Amino acid sequence: MLKILKYSFYDLIRSRWSYVYFLFYLLLGFVLLFLNNDVSKAVITLMNIIIVLVPLIGTIFGVMYYYNSKEFTELLLAQPIKRSSIFLGQYLGVAGSLTLSLVLGLGIPFVLYGLFKSDAIFDFSLLLVTGAFLTMIFTALSFNIALSNENRIKGFGYAVLLWLFLAVIYDGLFLMSLIVFKEYPLDSFSLAATMFNPIDLSRTLILLKLDISALLGYTGAVFKQFFGTNQGLIISMLMLTLWTILPIWRLVFKSKKKDF
Amino acid sequence: MRYLPTVFLLLFLKTFLWAKTTPICSDCEVKSILEGVQRASDFDTLLIKNGTYKEFNILIDKPLTLLGENYPIIDGEDQGEIIRIVSDNVTIDGLFIINVGTSYTTDYAAIRVVKSENYLIQNVVLEKLFFGIYLEKSNNGKVYHNKIIGDAIDEYNSGNGIQLWYSHNVVVDRNIVQGVRDGIYLEFSDNVTINNNTSANNLRYGLHFMFSNDDVYTNNVFENNGAGVAVMFSKRIKMIGNTFRKNWGTAAFGMLLKEINDAEISGNTFEENTIGINIEGSNRIEYTNNNFIKNGWAVKVLGACYTNTFTKNNFLYNSFDISYNSKLNDNVFDQNYWSDYTGYDLDKNGVGDVPYRPVKLFSYIVNKTPETIVLLRSLFMDIIDFSEKVSPVFTPDKLLDANPLMKKAL
Amino acid sequence: MIQVEDLYKKFGKNEVLKGLDLNIDKGGIFAVLGPNGSGKTTLIKSILGMVVPNKGSIAVSGISIKKNWKYRHEIDYLPQIANFPGNLKVKELIRMIKDLRQMPSEEERLIELFQLEPFLNKKLATLSGGTKQKVNIVLAFMFDCPLLILDEPTTGLDPASLIHLKALIQQEKNRGKTILITSHIMHFVAEVADEIIYLLEGKIYFKGTIEQLKTKTNQTDFEHAISAIASTPTDA
Repeated sequence: MLKILKYSFYDLIRSRWSYVYFLFYLLLGFVLLFLNNDVSKAVITLMNIIIVLVPLIGTIFGVMYYYNSKEFTELLLAQPIKRSSIFLGQYLGVAGSLTLSLVLGLGIPFVLYGLFKSDAIFDFSLLLVTGAFLTMIFTALSFNIALSNENRIKGFGYAVLLWLFLAVIYDGLFLMSLIVFKEYPLDSFSLAATMFNPIDLSRTLILLKLDISALLGYTGAVFKQFFGTNQGLIISMLMLTLWTILPIWRLVFKSKKKDF
Repeated sequence: MRYLPTVFLLLFLKTFLWAKTTPICSDCEVKSILEGVQRASDFDTLLIKNGTYKEFNILIDKPLTLLGENYPIIDGEDQGEIIRIVSDNVTIDGLFIINVGTSYTTDYAAIRVVKSENYLIQNVVLEKLFFGIYLEKSNNGKVYHNKIIGDAIDEYNSGNGIQLWYSHNVVVDRNIVQGVRDGIYLEFSDNVTINNNTSANNLRYGLHFMFSNDDVYTNNVFENNGAGVAVMFSKRIKMIGNTFRKNWGTAAFGMLLKEINDAEISGNTFEENTIGINIEGSNRIEYTNNNFIKNGWAVKVLGACYTNTFTKNNFLYNSFDISYNSKLNDNVFDQNYWSDYTGYDLDKNGVGDVPYRPVKLFSYIVNKTPETIVLLRSLFMDIIDFSEKVSPVFTPDKLLDANPLMKKAL
Repeated sequence: MIQVEDLYKKFGKNEVLKGLDLNIDKGGIFAVLGPNGSGKTTLIKSILGMVVPNKGSIAVSGISIKKNWKYRHEIDYLPQIANFPGNLKVKELIRMIKDLRQMPSEEERLIELFQLEPFLNKKLATLSGGTKQKVNIVLAFMFDCPLLILDEPTTGLDPASLIHLKALIQQEKNRGKTILITSHIMHFVAEVADEIIYLLEGKIYFKGTIEQLKTKTNQTDFEHAISAIASTPTDA
């Protein structure tokens, strides 16, 4: 698996798109920090970008890479290599190079800016960890979609739809159900609904840092327990991990049964 | 009558010439404070040496100075009130008072001043108290550099750190109050000056005004209280240069204004409070040069509030800048700095060319359905907020800052 | 060498293999033939483990291939359409496959044979179909495995290379290897194959030498024999 990972990773590192992605974040980091000169504002803007863009890039990149490397995959399948190693290796190659682009692209400007001396370091690290998780999750999801759809256009469409659903539509439905059922106690429901969407989950994780003052204004006991203690952080992290593991597990499982 | 000045002079001289210092300690001639007070003449000083004095109900009925040496401990053993001052010109200095009795019927205090003037209470440390320093109908005094550390858990059986009741022209300066119900409480007390105090970790309010007018408080720090400062039913209060931090919770405010008129609020910093300022029925208040940083809601306006003006304030990284529960607006926002402002300044005059709308639709939704707070900062909400910004339907459409600053106001 | 028993495979509703049995226990060149859609590629991919059968068992060198991948150390495979990752250079591709297999290899000789030196530093995406096929052949022949599977090996090759390929196949045969070939070029099959395995409707319809085939179909020409076989009643 490590060999496949290595080749996929090198393959991607050399590809134009990784550079574009990396340079985009690098530029973004520099613009936010050095033109604005305001770490707190930069962190908030970055959060908005990470929540929306990272899943989108992860999804599109994952689908694209899977379909483009079909030949490579078939070449490998005839070699004495375990199937799960091939797919895990490729997946980790994509997710790894995307994560690296993100972390380096944003990390370099922040380090140059003197982040280590700033007290925003924790917020910022959390942002990067969340970004990494989102990359892993959405790349895994897109690999799953691609694996289940031979037709590229269909696979691409499903992947973008998935992103659209989780990034926007889910929250819209969520909000509507909260408003419709507002007579009922909803705090457990709203926390649970958050858990079922990795984007919301990551957002919650960041909210815990950026908006804890506002979150603590709500009266519900479940909310208080969740946001007021470390429970929220721990549960969110666990759920994110689960969100990462499950699609990877399905990827391995499905890949074993698939015909090429 | 011509001898009158001479008589006064004599009296004055007597005061100083005959005034004497009586040491009190376990080995001294006078062994208890109560005994010392009873034996003392007017204007004497009782020098209380280091040691523990198990006493309560010490009645000071003549002008005396009680001076502690190396913080002698007065242990009330939870019996009731410890020191009661009923005379003018009393000074209490350098005592360590503990174990004030708790009662549901009487407000026992560590030091109570009743209908007296020109008192000075300083360098006193209070622990395990019910009420700390209680000023009752006592004007023209000073409470300076005391430390009050309570261990209050429930509001119903705890008292206030420093309480003023019908006491005017009092100075409260450089005190530290924590762990009581209200750090500093004023009721019917006018022209009081409260400076440089730190009031933290109190159950209810750091500072609480009721029916008190023309008071000033500056450079105080209010941290992690139920609510920082509550100003209710009072007029012409000046609030300048204070810091309100980390007042977190369901009903937690940096500052709560209720039925307040003609106040001035400037140069304060509201940082990481659930609500920076909560305003109800307050009119003609000027907010200038305040910093609102990382609050849940920087300013929450409830009910009718008229002719308030917000100018040159900095609104930085608050979850919500302004929240209204009605569509009515009679308040003015002008030349503030909003970190959420995304407009531009083409003519480079330091003022944004498009107005800023500080009230988001989402804050309106959260007011109606509090659970929706978990959707804060989601893309969907941003889209909704944007559409509301373009054509306001639910939020007051005239509520805007026509001259948003491009750089922080100093 | 290869034992296939009662192999079934369906793609959706399309049953491709319907209880196929095949036993190859000696070296030699076996041509897998059959009309389009008869299951040639499916059979080969099943042996390679790329297609997972619905039923039946396959053993290579006496080891069942189910939930096993190590047996592929025994197989060299030349895929039908030479699709390689486009942004790799030829050299890198060869190095990578060597790295993945960790076996002794003799790619230099083959590169020289097919005159691939000028292309070593070119990206695979820029190569012509024939050159790609040569690279494909190098990759398939550079290791020394007892089983060689060639799926349409002649595609796009120029006459000189075709001669080299035939020589190579003979050479490997002489080393006692088992070679499975599919091809549409009947001259080629007639020239190289020792035995014909003819698939029809998901089963082995005929297995035997070319001579046996000709006898059976009463045809003198191999190509005619092949086209006639489907209409001949089976007695196998």
